[in-house]
Amino acid sequence: MALYSEKVMDHFRNPRNVGVMEDPSGVGEVGNPVCGDIMKIYLKIENDVITDVKFETFGCGSAIASSSMATELIKGKPLSEALELTNKAVTEALGGLPAHKLHCSVLAEEAIKAAVKDYYDKNGIAYDPAMFPEGCDCDHCGCH
Amino acid sequence: MMRIYADNAATTKMSNTAIQAMLPYMAEIYGNPSSLYTIGQEAKEALENARARVAKCIGAEPREIIFTSGGSEADNQAIVSAAKSGERRGKKHIISTAFEHHAVLHTLKKLEKEQGFEVTLLDVHANGIVTAEEVANAIREDTCLVTVMFANNEIGTVQPIAEIGAVCREKGVLFHTDAVQAAGHTTIDVKAQNIDMLSISAHKFHGPKGAGVLYAKKGIPLVNLIEGGAQERGKRAGTENVPAIMGLAAALEEATANIAAYEAKMIPLRDRLIAGLSEIPYGELNGDREHRLPGTVNFCFEGIEGESLLLLLDDKGVSASSGSACTSGSLDPSHVLLAIGRPHEVAHGSLRLSFGEDVTVEEIDYTIEAVKEVVAYLRGMSPFWRDLESGKRPHIFAK
Repeated sequence: MALYSEKVMDHFRNPRNVGVMEDPSGVGEVGNPVCGDIMKIYLKIENDVITDVKFETFGCGSAIASSSMATELIKGKPLSEALELTNKAVTEALGGLPAHKLHCSVLAEEAIKAAVKDYYDKNGIAYDPAMFPEGCDCDHCGCH
Repeated sequence: MMRIYADNAATTKMSNTAIQAMLPYMAEIYGNPSSLYTIGQEAKEALENARARVAKCIGAEPREIIFTSGGSEADNQAIVSAAKSGERRGKKHIISTAFEHHAVLHTLKKLEKEQGFEVTLLDVHANGIVTAEEVANAIREDTCLVTVMFANNEIGTVQPIAEIGAVCREKGVLFHTDAVQAAGHTTIDVKAQNIDMLSISAHKFHGPKGAGVLYAKKGIPLVNLIEGGAQERGKRAGTENVPAIMGLAAALEEATANIAAYEAKMIPLRDRLIAGLSEIPYGELNGDREHRLPGTVNFCFEGIEGESLLLLLDDKGVSASSGSACTSGSLDPSHVLLAIGRPHEVAHGSLRLSFGEDVTVEEIDYTIEAVKEVVAYLRGMSPFWRDLESGKRPHIFAK
């Protein structure tokens, strides 16, 4: 059996929406180099809808695939839907991840939330801070 | 597409010599060496013949050779045995290095935790080499064992084994070396190199998996890890894996006889690989440039992660390995890379390439190009690399 599902390998080999965005509405970056993964998500938001999304990822195969899948899942969607995206949904859309890689899907969820928060902050939009908990709770490593 | 197996430090393809040496002991001479009838005694004879041949390859006596299930078992038995005899004399201090194989480190950890031993792990420096002088300085009145690997499994650096052995002999301390990566790849002579105990694994030199050797100098009392019958002079119970032992002996003989030719071929190719990979900016060779195995090369590259590097190299037909946390299955990157002082962020971006003697110049050049392409591609999507390039984070390596 291969390490990853076909879906994961497809998104890893042919990542969707990879790159940098000029003048993004919001940017979110999570992870750090010491842990071996960083995800950065760029959002273009018009009328509360994500009209474009780009990502850059430093990390393993599942980190790259999770970012790619997460961007696909939120592209063209209203912000409210993007905020409801869970790591579970990303994992399911990828046809599953090995247990020790679930952390990667958590990063993807967090990166999107961080980008939305950045958009809210930049535009003085009020929000409930509880929507954006600090840090990762997936116990992957102590440094997030 | 080229298919290049560049992970010989993990395991090797069996040689035809080894396979042919094994076959008769599966289909024809399948007797139990402990049985007294003819096919049992034929198997026994073959086993003792294999023991003598293995002994000759490393300059030992046949009675000093114990066949085991592999290198890990041999490491465990050597260390536990030395600890037991040390304990009887009130000596409970062991010296080793920070970058040993886990078969050594975990055994030492257990002795520390459960039996009150004190373990000193020597620094291996940026070049991945411990000196005999450092070993000498660490030896105390209560030191019962020094265990230092012959060659490191991840970065390939070769230790000054004969000098370390001489220091131990002078001070009357037992010296064990994990020679799993070295056997069949560089010359081993337990007498000339002052080695008291040594571990070998057959599958690292084109023999079968599941067979290894513990060499223990005459007079060293061994502790059994496996209790049962009187096989291996009562030191390792269980019916001997005769086919695998025959493959081990044949493979070791073949590899040992070919060491000069192997080095003559591999060293220039290894150096070509190092030169080629050194062209990648912000990457660095891990471990000493000169004192290394002929077939093993390990690099760290800034801004990328090892697992994605391996997966994309696999897509290009190159099988390699990495010390990144993601490939180790643990949260931390390789303890070997951390031991030579690599920070976590570059240790995640490591690549080990270990070639066998059938490698060609074309394969080396293809591998260099493949690594260059994949590193550049992954850096192109890495926000970490972007930060390094923009100066937001400082580079770790020189360009």
